[in-house]
Amino acid sequence: MTIQHVVFIILSAIALIGALGVVLSRRLFRSAIFLVLSFVGVAGFYILLEAGLLAMIQLLIYVGAIAILIIFAIMLSRQAMVADDKVLNEQWAPGGLVAVLLLAALVYVLVQVNWQVVEGAVPPDSIQRLGQSLVSSNGFVLPFEVASVLLLVALVGAVIIAREK
Amino acid sequence: MTANFFFNLTWLIPLFPLAAFAIIVLWTNRNRLLSTWVAWIGIGLAWVLGWFIFWLAGTYAQHLTAPVSNYPVPLFSIPTGSTQLQVGFQVDTLTGLMLFMVPFVCLMIFIYSKGYMNYGTEAVDSRYSRFFAYISLFACGMLGLVVSDNLVTLFIFWELMGLCSYLLIGFWFEKKYADPNRITPKQAGLKAFLVTRIGDILMLSGMLLLYVQTGTLTFKEIFSPDVLHKLATTYAFGQVPWATVIAVLIFGGAVGKSAQFPLHVWLPDAMEGPTPVSALIHAATMVSAGVYLVARTFPLFVAVEGGTQLAVVAFIGAFTALFAGTIALAQNDIKRVLAYSTISQLGFMFAALGIGAYVAAVFHLIAHAFFKALLFMGSGSVIHGVEHGRHHTSPEGDLREHEGHSHQGREFDANDMMNMGGLLRRMPTTGWAFIAGALALTGIFPWAGFWSKDEILADAWNAFMHGTEFGVAKFWPIFVWAMLTLAALLTAFYTARLVFLTFAGRPRTEAAHRAPESVPSMTWPLIILAIFSTFLGFFGMPWASQFYNLLGKYGTILNEPIPHGEFNALVAGISLFVAVLGWFFGWLLYGRKPLAETVDPLEKPLGPVYALLKNRYYIDQLYQKVIVRPVIGLAGAAYAFDDRIVIDPLVDGVGRFGRWVSEALKKFVDNPIVDGAVNGVGRVTAWFGEFMRSTQTGQIQNYLLVAVVTVLLLMIMFLARS
Amino acid sequence: MQVPLSWYLVVAAALFCIGLYGVLSRRNAIGILMGVELMLNAVNVNLVAFWRYVDPLRAAMTGQVFAIIVITVAAAEAAVGLALIIAVYRNRRTVDVTQVDELKL
Repeated sequence: MTIQHVVFIILSAIALIGALGVVLSRRLFRSAIFLVLSFVGVAGFYILLEAGLLAMIQLLIYVGAIAILIIFAIMLSRQAMVADDKVLNEQWAPGGLVAVLLLAALVYVLVQVNWQVVEGAVPPDSIQRLGQSLVSSNGFVLPFEVASVLLLVALVGAVIIAREK
Repeated sequence: MTANFFFNLTWLIPLFPLAAFAIIVLWTNRNRLLSTWVAWIGIGLAWVLGWFIFWLAGTYAQHLTAPVSNYPVPLFSIPTGSTQLQVGFQVDTLTGLMLFMVPFVCLMIFIYSKGYMNYGTEAVDSRYSRFFAYISLFACGMLGLVVSDNLVTLFIFWELMGLCSYLLIGFWFEKKYADPNRITPKQAGLKAFLVTRIGDILMLSGMLLLYVQTGTLTFKEIFSPDVLHKLATTYAFGQVPWATVIAVLIFGGAVGKSAQFPLHVWLPDAMEGPTPVSALIHAATMVSAGVYLVARTFPLFVAVEGGTQLAVVAFIGAFTALFAGTIALAQNDIKRVLAYSTISQLGFMFAALGIGAYVAAVFHLIAHAFFKALLFMGSGSVIHGVEHGRHHTSPEGDLREHEGHSHQGREFDANDMMNMGGLLRRMPTTGWAFIAGALALTGIFPWAGFWSKDEILADAWNAFMHGTEFGVAKFWPIFVWAMLTLAALLTAFYTARLVFLTFAGRPRTEAAHRAPESVPSMTWPLIILAIFSTFLGFFGMPWASQFYNLLGKYGTILNEPIPHGEFNALVAGISLFVAVLGWFFGWLLYGRKPLAETVDPLEKPLGPVYALLKNRYYIDQLYQKVIVRPVIGLAGAAYAFDDRIVIDPLVDGVGRFGRWVSEALKKFVDNPIVDGAVNGVGRVTAWFGEFMRSTQTGQIQNYLLVAVVTVLLLMIMFLARS
Repeated sequence: MQVPLSWYLVVAAALFCIGLYGVLSRRNAIGILMGVELMLNAVNVNLVAFWRYVDPLRAAMTGQVFAIIVITVAAAEAAVGLALIIAVYRNRRTVDVTQVDELKL
């Protein structure tokens, strides 16, 4: 058990506990906070996987934008949510069962597969490379552009949808 | 011989009037003139051919006697199970004689009918053409009867005449009378048919027994010596041979058809029919068919020596002759007097046959046809005249004051002699012709009736004196002679009564006062028949009897000649005396002081006897009570039983069963199965729909769950496989 | 690379399933959205882990690019989704998805 293992375990605990907190919490605001915690854990994973920029992006976007957005939404719909309201719907049991089963199946598969691990180091100029592959024409410029269009559309759409009539 | 050629045409004779019937019915019904001529031509052709055949038969009489005759000639055969019935025609001298009389008298009546049914006047009968069709059909029946060579076709034509008699008696079927005791034409037709039916059944039984015993019904075969011998010697029961049984049964048919006691009741009531019908059926033809039948089947009657069948015939004949004569005395209806006279005269003929006086019987048959037809037609002419007189009279003036009798409430009866009188002055042709017929009927020398009646009486007397024919017991001839002589007395009396009441004195009513003479189509036949009535007798004079030459000399019917009856002056004298005596009494009561009132002078002296005679010995009432009502009651009971106990439950049962079946079907098939199926489909669909609907919750998490579950299942499937 | 790949994958699977549970079982629409974000995160972790361990062309940074795009899409989707939730909230005064079942038969 190297230190990586320990870090990994700690990070996965953070992520998983955060996730559990999201879905199990009775109060919505707490769910949002737990969500942030989970995002941080995932960011840690990225660092451990030597995807430094991605970890930063994760923190920036997920925590800084999405989680904040969610918290805003919660605030805006505050009157509706009272602590003693029902949290779960009618199908929570089958839902839970399905999730557990799915997990079991996935774990069963994942553990058994002989992953063809390819040894190799991440190049030192990974950030440059990442930037270049995002915008290079034999890279991923198209998805990049499409994603940006998507963002624009989502922006416009969200504004329109949430507009006061 | 070319005579054979003509003899072979004999079967055509009945077909001429049959064709006339068919033509009138199918085509000329609306056209009265055409119908008349069609009928006249039909019977006219039959007459011409008939007289020709008669002449030929007479000429070649020897060749037509039974053993050597070429006849009968078979025409076709009817398959009857295992055997065949041969149907054909035959010609012999008896047939020839009938062919002399029947078509000619029919022709006279046909001509007479034109005037009687008021052709050309406004009173013309509405069913004029139909009348001519019927009488043509009837003529076919009679002519077919006399040319038949076997009992089957004879019976068929016999029945055909019965049918026509019914149709013609009831010709005015809509006529109704106020007096409920007076029989209507419709009822009279039924009565005639039913009573003769009884006779017909007896005859049919006789025919059936004959067929069973001999296997044939053709005359030639029945009358062959072997068959006759067999019939005479095989016994039906006890000591009675088949020949007797069959002969008596066949005579039963004759009793019905010729209106002898006890089946005589239909004939007087048959007078409700038009007078030409009375003349045709009840004088000339149908009633003489019974006599013809016995004459034709005479070998059967004489097959047994001293057999009872002849005795039966003689007794019934003689009895009826006297019996009917007594009734005729008290009848006021002119036609009924003549009807009873006919019954009486037929009795004469049967009595003659019963003692073996074959030739005399047939002679009287022929002669009687002529003068009886004349008398009936004459009476019709008189009735016609009185009716015409009535129509030209004021309604009040037709009934004068009477003492004793009152006619209140009764309709004016043109047939009633009490409404006549003094008609000789008004209708001379009719009157004198009628008187000629009357003289013939009563047997006054030299009219025809004298010769024919006298021959019967002579034969009877001779049989008693010198020995009978055919083994007849001696009692019968003298019995017959006595009864018939008495009957002759009565005949003369009632005939005289009739003549004096109708033609002598003064008219008792306005109608009679104004009665016109009849039209030529009616009077000419009267004249012609009067001539015949006067001179026909000369052909039967005993010392030169053509009748004997025809019938007896060569053994037409029997296979040997019949001995010739001699003239007996004593008998002739007695019969003439008796006839004159009858006329004298008649003149005394009715002619000397012609009747001014309508009370019959006989009434008081005879007292209750008169009532008995007038009501015909109450035999009709007796039959009604003893036979008719029980039978109708039985029929009604049977019908009620059948209807209520057999048919109603059956029909109701069928109905109920049908309903039960349908209800059961509804309950067990329709509702559960059919409805169940149909409704079930609906219900299943609805349930399925509801079920399917429940999946559409509108909640997306549900849909998502389903999708995830599906994926999970697929995963598990793949995992399990690997 | 001392931590075996399967560990990462298992953790990602767990995250995913937890997120799935949240999507299927929570009433609040925002709660559901959070579950979706968890699932997307799990996917990202999967992607990056595979890039790091299995991808032979590690130098092309494909895994990371993919993950970036996913994050972008997640952001867009979260924005639109929350806008919808707010719109619904304004209309219905509720964010309880069980109350929003117009498509129910």
